[in-house]
This record gives sequence, structure tokens and C-alpha cells, in this order.
Amino acid sequence: MSEKKSSAWSPSSRELERRKSRRRISRKQASIAAASSIFVLGTLAIILVTSPGWETVKATFFDIDYGREVFPTVVQGLWINLQLTFIGGAAIGVIALGLALLRTTKSPALTPFRFLATAYVDIFRGAPLILIILLVGFGVPALGLSGVSSNVIFLGTVAVVLTYSAYVAEVIRSGILSIHPSQRAAARSLGLTSGQTMRFVVLPQAIRRVVPPLLNDFVSLLKDTGLVSILGVTDAVRAAQINASRTFNYTPYVVAAILFLLITIPMTRYTDRAIRQRTSAQNSEGAI
Amino acid sequence: MSNVLELVNVRKSFGPDVVLHDLSLKVPEHTATVLIGASGSGKSTLLRCINLLESIDDGQIFLDGQEISDPLINVDEVRRRLGMVFQSFNLFPHKTVLENITLSPIKVHGKSADEANAHALHLLKRFDLADKADQYPDRLSGGQQQRVAIIRSLAVSPRLLLLDEVTSALDPVLVNEVLSAVRDLKSDGMTMVLATHEMGFATQVADEVCFLESGNIVERGSAEQVLHNPQNAKTQEFLKRVHQAGRL
Repeated sequence: MSEKKSSAWSPSSRELERRKSRRRISRKQASIAAASSIFVLGTLAIILVTSPGWETVKATFFDIDYGREVFPTVVQGLWINLQLTFIGGAAIGVIALGLALLRTTKSPALTPFRFLATAYVDIFRGAPLILIILLVGFGVPALGLSGVSSNVIFLGTVAVVLTYSAYVAEVIRSGILSIHPSQRAAARSLGLTSGQTMRFVVLPQAIRRVVPPLLNDFVSLLKDTGLVSILGVTDAVRAAQINASRTFNYTPYVVAAILFLLITIPMTRYTDRAIRQRTSAQNSEGAI
Repeated sequence: MSNVLELVNVRKSFGPDVVLHDLSLKVPEHTATVLIGASGSGKSTLLRCINLLESIDDGQIFLDGQEISDPLINVDEVRRRLGMVFQSFNLFPHKTVLENITLSPIKVHGKSADEANAHALHLLKRFDLADKADQYPDRLSGGQQQRVAIIRSLAVSPRLLLLDEVTSALDPVLVNEVLSAVRDLKSDGMTMVLATHEMGFATQVADEVCFLESGNIVERGSAEQVLHNPQNAKTQEFLKRVHQAGRL
């Protein structure tokens, strides 16, 4: 009966008035926003274009013809960055998970490994990535060890993986520690061992919780792969640098930056959305 | 009748606070022992000690005659024989109702997935939750979640079921559906130790009622004796306050 009532409902005259007022308010707000945007952005554009150096700036950074010319080599370089990101990312995931588990284990047999994992994280999280890249990229080949590759792409990847594993391990560890102890109590009281509790109860929830911050790290990883260019790897940054230093025109850098942005902006937007969803889901989780 | 559980002079303290004072208790097979008392009187701690979630400072705990307070005991093996239901349900939010129930039977008790699923569905049907098998816990009401938690602890056929204020997080309407589930278990002959604030329910299921005050059992006996004709002044005072709160 109540269903019948609701389908026959038509808004009262007061409600119709209110809706009209709401529409009027939102129309007014939209026109204010548009006017303000046109004014501010237009002013900025005019200042920029009419400033005395604008023609030089345009020629040095935004030379469209030159940009087109270098585009293929920069894209080719970017392909190296992407490969490095995905291959490195996979290695980082595995190593970081291992480190996070070692740091949270209470197993007495693993005590030395727990110390080592802590030391590892402290060192690689605290040292600048560029130093690690220099140390591994130039230092390791200098040792002249047999059987160790001196391929700069490989060594650059190793350096990035070493550092990022430490970052990601901390993110995963914080996820593990964020799972409420009552979940562990419930699992243990069902007879699950501590290892089973970690594997079936704690870790799946922890990983879900840290996906958004991990996506953030993934974006940073893509950007930081640009640092391996100092080893002479012809990635997007290096490709742009080669072209720029030949002509003293810096458009190739801008091309490389735009290419990075085309990937990173959608990724960060997606990450922000994932974080928002995560937060609202957690808020509705209640007692759990 | 043999005792499933026996506590002898169990003592537990958290730092300087002694939570359980040389507490002794016997729980014969197929009986329900109800622990009553104010918050902080030691009911939950007692249950957590039995479950070895807390280690005791002195005394002994026996499960089917075996001393489980021995530090050399395999705690995982002991817990396989115990079921525990928590005040806040503690269902695993990333697993469906069915997966929550079958996790321990499959991973701990080595049952096949088919066997575990069939048993879980049988139990779900019995507690009117068959249609919820594939739902995630957050889609269920508190009462449904708590019944799932009870089924989860039953799925491993425990020797002893520990229930820690299983209705305290529920509104009065949902309390009844959970209590009726526990009554069903009692009539099945499940051996239980329960902490509860529901005095009417305690009267219905209890073979023995223990009133705890500051970690001591100050009065024990049948529900009739302890709840309706208490001798100890502290019990009387507690029941008077419960009565004033409209819970008797």
C-alpha cells in the first residue's frame, strides 16, 4: 500500500517553489564562477603573451616544429622508462612484501632477518635515490666482478628497485599494522596459526587498504626512472637532453615533460578517486 | 559427567591490576556456565585466558583433563577444540559469509572445500541465513553478523564454546534472534561458558551462574539461587542496579 502511495506522490507547491529557488541560486553561482575564471585566466594569458620576453620563451621552450621533430626519439626513450617502471615495479612488489613480512614477524628463528630488514629499510629510505643510482651504476662495474652485468639499464633498474622496495615495504607494513587486533584474535581463536592468520586474514585486508598509497608510489616510480639517465641510459629525459644540448633549444624537455604528464595525471586522478572510495568505505565499516 | 573445562586458582594481572584472583571453576559436559558482573569484573579476561589469548600468572586450566596452561602446549591445537564468539563479531570483512565459516574447517581441520561448504550451508539453513551465504558481512545486520560468527565457531565442532557478551553490541530487537540461536545450541548439548548482561536469558540457559566482582567469584549456584535469591550483598546490589536499568 505504501508503494502505491509513493508512486502517486507529486511534489507540493511549496516544494516546487523551493526547487525553483535552488535552480536560481545555482544558475547565479555558475555565472559568477564563469565570469571570475574568464577574468583571471584571461588576464594571466594577456600578461604572458604581451610580456617583452614572450617571443623568446616561445621559441626556446615551445617550438612546435622542433617539438614534432624530436617527438619520436623522446617517445622511444619513454618506452624505456615504462619498461623500467613495470619490470621494476614487479620486483619491488615482491621484495617489499618480503621485507614487510620480515619486519612484522615475531618468529624467533627469523630474528636476524628482522634486524637486517629494518637496517635495509632505514638505509635505502634515508639515502637519496640519485646516490644509490650512482653507487650501483658506476660503482658496481668498477668492482670488475665476473658474472655481474654492467648493462646500465639493468644496474639503473637495480638501484631504483633497491630504494623503492624500502619505501613500499613501509607502506605495506603500515597496512599490516592498521588491521585491528580483534581480527587476529578471531583468526587465532579459530585455530589458525600465526602464519595462516597473516596469509588469509591480515594480509588480504592490509593490501586492499594500501592500494591507494601504493598507486602514489607507482607514479613516483615512473617519474624517478628518469634519474637513470645520469648513467647514460637513453630514456625520455636523456633523449630530450641529447637533442636540447645539440640545438640549445629546450623544447625537447617540454615534450618529455608533457609525455610524462600524459601518463601521471590520469594515474594521480585515479589514485585520488581510489583514496576517496577507500575512505568512504572505511567510514561505513562500523564495528569492523 | 566429566568436566570439559576446569580452572584451578587462576590468577591474571595486567601490570599492578589483578584482574582475576585465584579463580576456580568447573564446567561439566553439556552444561552452560554463565558469568555475570559489571564491566571490568574480569568476565572477558577469564574467557580470553581460557582461549589462551592471554597467558595466566598462576593456577592451572584443564581442557578435557589436559593442562592447557602449560607453556609447552601447542596453542593452535588447543584452540582447534575451542570456539569463541566476540562482542564485536570480528567477522573477516574481505570474505563472504560462507568463506568466513569455511576458512578454519578447510585450512585448519583439513576438510575438503565441498565438505566444508556443505556443512556450512547446513548450519546457515538451520539459523535462517542460507540466503546470505555469498554476501559480505557489511551487508548484514548486527544480529545476522553475530549469528554468522556463532556458526563460524560451530563449524569446527568445538568441545567448548566461549561467548563474550555476544549481544552487547546489538539493539534490543536483534538481541533476541542471537539469544534464540544460543538457546538452540544449549538444547543441542553444547558445553558453553558465556559472559552476558541479559539476566532473563541467563535464567533460561544457565546450569550455573557465577557472579564476578573485581576478579573474584563472590557467588555461584543455579540461576534460581544467584539471580532470584542472592545471598551476597554485592550480588544483591548488582542485581538491584540491573533491575533498575530494566534488564531483568
